[in-house]
Amino acid sequence: MNPIIRFQNVTKRFGALTVLDNFNFEVQRGEKVTLIGPSGSGKSTVLRILMTLEPFQDGLLETDGISYHEPNGRGPFKASEKHLHKIRCNVGMVFQSFNLFPHMTVLRNVVEAPVAVLKMKREEAESRATELLRMVGLSDKKDHFPSQLSGGQQQRVAIARALAMRPRVLLFDEPTSALDPQLVGEVLGVIRDLASEHDLTMLLVTHEMRFAREVSDRVCFFDKGRIVEQGEPERFFSNPQQPRTREFLSSILGEQEPIRESISCAR
Amino acid sequence: MTWTQYLAPLLKGAQVTVMISLASITFGVILAFAAGIARMSSNRFVSGLAFVYIALFRGTPLLVQLFWFYYALPLIGISFDPITTGIMTLSLLTGAFGAEVVRGALLAVPNTQLEAARALNFSKRYTLWHISMPQAIIEMMPPFGNLAIQNLKDTALVSLISIADLTFQAQSMRNITLDSATVYTLTLVGYFIIALCLMLIVRFIEMKLRRGPAFPRGAHT
Ligand SMILES: Nc1ncnc2c1ncn2[C@@H]1O[C@H](COP(=O)(O)OP(=O)(O)OP(=O)(O)O)[C@@H](O)[C@H]1O
Ligand SMILES: [Mg+2]
Repeated sequence: MNPIIRFQNVTKRFGALTVLDNFNFEVQRGEKVTLIGPSGSGKSTVLRILMTLEPFQDGLLETDGISYHEPNGRGPFKASEKHLHKIRCNVGMVFQSFNLFPHMTVLRNVVEAPVAVLKMKREEAESRATELLRMVGLSDKKDHFPSQLSGGQQQRVAIARALAMRPRVLLFDEPTSALDPQLVGEVLGVIRDLASEHDLTMLLVTHEMRFAREVSDRVCFFDKGRIVEQGEPERFFSNPQQPRTREFLSSILGEQEPIRESISCAR
Repeated sequence: MTWTQYLAPLLKGAQVTVMISLASITFGVILAFAAGIARMSSNRFVSGLAFVYIALFRGTPLLVQLFWFYYALPLIGISFDPITTGIMTLSLLTGAFGAEVVRGALLAVPNTQLEAARALNFSKRYTLWHISMPQAIIEMMPPFGNLAIQNLKDTALVSLISIADLTFQAQSMRNITLDSATVYTLTLVGYFIIALCLMLIVRFIEMKLRRGPAFPRGAHT
C-alpha cells in the first residue's frame, strides 16, 4: 500500500536558512509516528508544511495520494486556494497553544468547521460534537467559553475540534508543552485513546519521551533538518545507535526523570 | 436679547450638526470597513484603489476637500446641495481614517487564530467574517470613538459652505448681537454635550460587545 505521507527531496528555506534539505520521509496509513529532536531542528516546520501553513521550495510532497503541487505545475508555492482546500481535507492539526476561537463556545468551536466547510447539517454536527466532547471528557463544558477553561481542557477541546473534521492524518505539535505539569496527563490520556484508533494516522512532536515510547509505532530523531535515527520505540530508547541520539536522549531524560519523580512525591 | 433667546436658533443649528455628524459617521464606518478590507485584499488593483483613496483623504485638509466638492466639482457638471456635499465629504474623510482602524484591528488578530482557521479548512471569506472580524471589532471601538468625536468637531467646517449648522447659527447670532462671550460659550457647551452623547453611545456598543465571558478584558488567548 502507498504511504499516506510522502516527502521526497523536500527543501524548505526561510531566507538564507535552509531548514529542510532534501528531506525524505514516509508515514504509512494508520501509523503513529513521533518526531523528537532539539529545538530549532525543524520539527514544527515539517508539520506546518503538511498542514499547508508553510510553502516549500523544492521537492515533492503527497498526503493520501494528493500532491502539494497543483496538476498544472504551478508549484507548491502557488497552489490555488481550491487545491490547498483539497489537501487540507485529509489533514488536521493540534497546536501547542490550542488556538481555540475565544468568541465561540466550546460547542461552536467544534461544530463550526463541519457546518461551514463540510456542509453538515447543524443538528448532525452538534450531535457528533457532543459525542466527541464526551470522548475527551468535556460534555459538561459545552456552553463554556475557552477563557473559562484550564489549559488542559482547552487542548482537549482543540483535539475534539480537529477530529470533527474527520482527518485521515492528525498532526500534534507539542500538544502538552504549554500546560502546567499536573494538566499534561489528561491531554496525553486523550491522545492515547486516539492512538488505539486503527485508521487514524498520527504524527506527533513531543518532549514526553515515556509517552512517545508508549503510543508510537515508530520514533524518529530529528536533527538539523534530517532524520538521524528512527526505529520501533523499544529498540530506539533502549539501544540508540547514533552518538547524537544518545546525547539528546540523555540530556532530555536527565531533565525529565527528576521532574516526574518530584511530581509523584508531591502527590 | 437675553441668552435664553439665543437658544432657539442655536438648537436649530445643533440639530443640523447632529444630523450631519450621525449621517457621516454611519456612511464613514461603512466606507471604513469597505476600504479597510479592500486594503488587505490579495488583489493588487483592489488594495491599490483603497490605498489611493485612504492616502488622498488623509493627506489633504478637510476644508479644501469641502471647497473642492462644493466649488470645483460643479465645474465639470456634477453638483450637490450643501448638505449632501457636507455629509459626503465628511463620510469620505471619516472612512479614510476608519479604514486604517479596521485594517489595524484585523492585523492585530493573532496569526495563530488564522492558522487554526486554515487547519480547519475555513475559506478566506469565512475566516474574515467569522474568525477575525468578531475579535477585531472590539479592538476597533476605542479608536472609532475618537473618530466620531473628531467627525463631530469637523462638522463645524461645513458652515463655510453655507450650511446652517451650530457654528453657522452661532456666527449669525454674534453678528446680530455682538455678544461673543455668551454666544460662543453656549456653542461650546452645545458641542460638548453632543460629544458626550457620542462617547456614551460608543462606550455602550463596546460594553455590549465585550459582555460575557468571551472577551475578558479583551485578552486574546
Ligand atoms: N517563519 C519563520 N521565519 C524564519 N525562520 C523560521 C520561521 N519559522 C521557523 N524558523 C526557523 O526554522 C528553524 C526550524 O524551526 P522549527 O520551528 O521547525 O523548529 P522545532 O524543531 O519545531 O523547534 P522547537 O522544538 O523549538 O519547537 C529554526 O531555526 C527557526 O528559527
Ligand atoms: Mg516547534
